[in-house]
Amino acid sequence: MLHAVIAAATEEVAKNPLIPEIYDIIWSAVCFVVILFFFLKVALPKMQKLLDDRAEAIEGNIAKADDAQRKAEAALVQYTAQLADARAEAGQIRDQARTDGQRIIAEHKEVATAEAGRITSSAKTQIEAERQAAVVSLRSEVGTLAIDLASGVIGESLSDDAKASAIVDRFLAELEASEAPVAGKN
Amino acid sequence: MLYSVVNLPIFVDARAELTAPKQEKALLKIAVNLMVPSATGDGEFHGPSINEFFPDVIFFADTPFEINRIILIRFLAVAVLMLVFWLGTRRMKIIPTRGQSLAEMGLDFVRVNIAEDLLGKKDGKRFLPLLTTIFFMVLFMNLTGIIPFLNIAGTSVVGVPLLLGVIAYVTFIYAGVKKSPGNFFRNSLFPPGVPVFLYIIVTPIEFISTFLVRPFTLTLRLMMNMIVGHLLLVLFFSATQFFFFTADGGFKLFGVGTLAFGFAFTLFEVLIALLQAYIFALLTAVYIQLALAEEH
Repeated sequence: MLHAVIAAATEEVAKNPLIPEIYDIIWSAVCFVVILFFFLKVALPKMQKLLDDRAEAIEGNIAKADDAQRKAEAALVQYTAQLADARAEAGQIRDQARTDGQRIIAEHKEVATAEAGRITSSAKTQIEAERQAAVVSLRSEVGTLAIDLASGVIGESLSDDAKASAIVDRFLAELEASEAPVAGKN
Repeated sequence: MLYSVVNLPIFVDARAELTAPKQEKALLKIAVNLMVPSATGDGEFHGPSINEFFPDVIFFADTPFEINRIILIRFLAVAVLMLVFWLGTRRMKIIPTRGQSLAEMGLDFVRVNIAEDLLGKKDGKRFLPLLTTIFFMVLFMNLTGIIPFLNIAGTSVVGVPLLLGVIAYVTFIYAGVKKSPGNFFRNSLFPPGVPVFLYIIVTPIEFISTFLVRPFTLTLRLMMNMIVGHLLLVLFFSATQFFFFTADGGFKLFGVGTLAFGFAFTLFEVLIALLQAYIFALLTAVYIQLALAEEH
């Protein structure tokens, strides 16, 4: 057994692992080229594209966020302006309403005053007219009564109208003269 | 502690077999199908060996296009990578879905934490496809190391680390030369602020560290991490297999410990896978940044 082993060992010399065989180098080179080609053309470009996409996505999101913020700020400014406008308008309307109200009140007051004046003056006119009428009717009645009375008292018909009316007129003139200071006082 | 377990005297004859490659292939299969009892069952322990990284050719034997198991695993890693990011970036939305945020998180990690952090927005974008490719190619090929039934990192064979190292080298020189050839070489070889006579020492050191060593440190750091991670896992799981199904009596208990460590290191490998991918992409970005800098 041992002899056979020793014979085999001397027959086949142990190889030096540091000396490369041709086929070893050739196939190593093939493996290397295949892997290099694979990484160069397939894996790494995809990886690079992914990294670019990712960077872009991040930048895109930031830009989007910036844009949104800008829009929000613009909207805020707009709303603030609108709010101020609305406030100013409301104030204006209020002032206008107040002015209008005062104006309307003044107008109404004026109208009412005028109306009151008109009513007062018409009442006065009417009263005066009625008084005149009363005075006229009173004058004739008082004259007739006074003459009837006087006729009765003196027993004499005062048929002479000219005389009678002269007496009455005189009487009434006296009466008016005595009344005049009283009316002037009123 | 674990190494001491493995180096117990009873394994001395097993160590003599470390270079037996055919046995190792069988052992790898055992490591994969951990709980299936060994078909070889020859009662000896088989540690992992470097020949696991040179499995049998499956297609196109004896041409420059030979394909073996590890190459197929790389193809699978490339396919899964493209599927994940194709699905993740297929329908990208500004508000991401769950799947999309995962893809975004991955791409953003390279873009923000590596490219833009070191190179700034403009140059970061220029070199982003390259840095993304380096980061995810290394990450996905690293992770195959802990995926059941794959169980080996696509980056644990020198081809991928060397290729990426050379690409990083060419890229930073291209970046520096395109920006300003004079500045680039003067700053790289004659760092300002150093007394003139010291250039005798400094310039060769700078030349070696910048123009000779950089691609190889990138290559070796990644490849060795993955090789060692794989060997450790194979060691733990094959030891578990050995203890459980081959060893006698009390030694079976060791299997529990090796299994636990195998599990812990599997988780650790996830961290290593991420870390190595990050370091590779980060250093590439740092080299480009140094090349683009006006003054060091």
